[in-house]
Amino acid sequence: MQPVATTFFFYFLALVTVISGVLVITRRNPVHSALALILALLGQAGLYLMLYAPFVAGVQIILYAGGIMVLFLFVIMLVSIERAQKEEQFNNMWVVGVLAALVLGGLFTGVYVKGRDLFAGREIALPEQSNTQQIAVLLYGNYMFAFEIASLLLLVAIIGAVVMAKKRI
Amino acid sequence: MVPITTLHYLVVAAALFVLGVIGVLTRRNVVIVLMSIELILNAVNLNLVAFSRLYGLHGQIFAIFVITDAAAEAAVGLGILIAFFRNKETVNVDEVDLLKW
Repeated sequence: MQPVATTFFFYFLALVTVISGVLVITRRNPVHSALALILALLGQAGLYLMLYAPFVAGVQIILYAGGIMVLFLFVIMLVSIERAQKEEQFNNMWVVGVLAALVLGGLFTGVYVKGRDLFAGREIALPEQSNTQQIAVLLYGNYMFAFEIASLLLLVAIIGAVVMAKKRI
Repeated sequence: MVPITTLHYLVVAAALFVLGVIGVLTRRNVVIVLMSIELILNAVNLNLVAFSRLYGLHGQIFAIFVITDAAAEAAVGLGILIAFFRNKETVNVDEVDLLKW
């Protein structure tokens, strides 16, 4: 299917994502930060859809916006935020932060300006209908071992989280 | 009208990455530091999916693995945060100095 209004949707979703990202790191109330992060994740899912990755977009919405962010909101409600909100929100590392931002931004700009011919106009046509099927074939074929390791990692994370959050073991 | 190329997506990802780094370095609230880490991981994911447009589906597989890692990291990190809050009644990173001498 031929995509429509690609330019408009790209800039719209990119703006939503970046502005929500700015809100995440500037809001005083962590609940507002979490809601802004959900918006950023949804905008990014839209960008995945525009990149012909519908399965990753679905995983992003279900797992990130639906799973991880619920976990974040629960933890925000478990720890009391009233006292933390009255305190200073930024530590005295802002010089380092600005410096790191400038260096990283300069690095990215340099790489992208120097290497822009490397990723110009060589997009291969990814099939949209069979995307999930092809990902499954790769995941259970080439990446079988990594898949099993990932399941082990999740098991370790579950046990670790329960042990950490338990009052006494 | 300029067509949207891979470079556009990479610029968005770079912006998200820089925002995440600033958040990790400057915020005091641990919850927001963890959220900034999620922003960084998402920037990497966007890069991977954008490059999968050029080099085939492997980038999308890696994005899925990165999402799995992010879930594990969030679970353990928030568990540590709860344990820490129970002991010291604070969520500020600069008050976590038990190992400093």
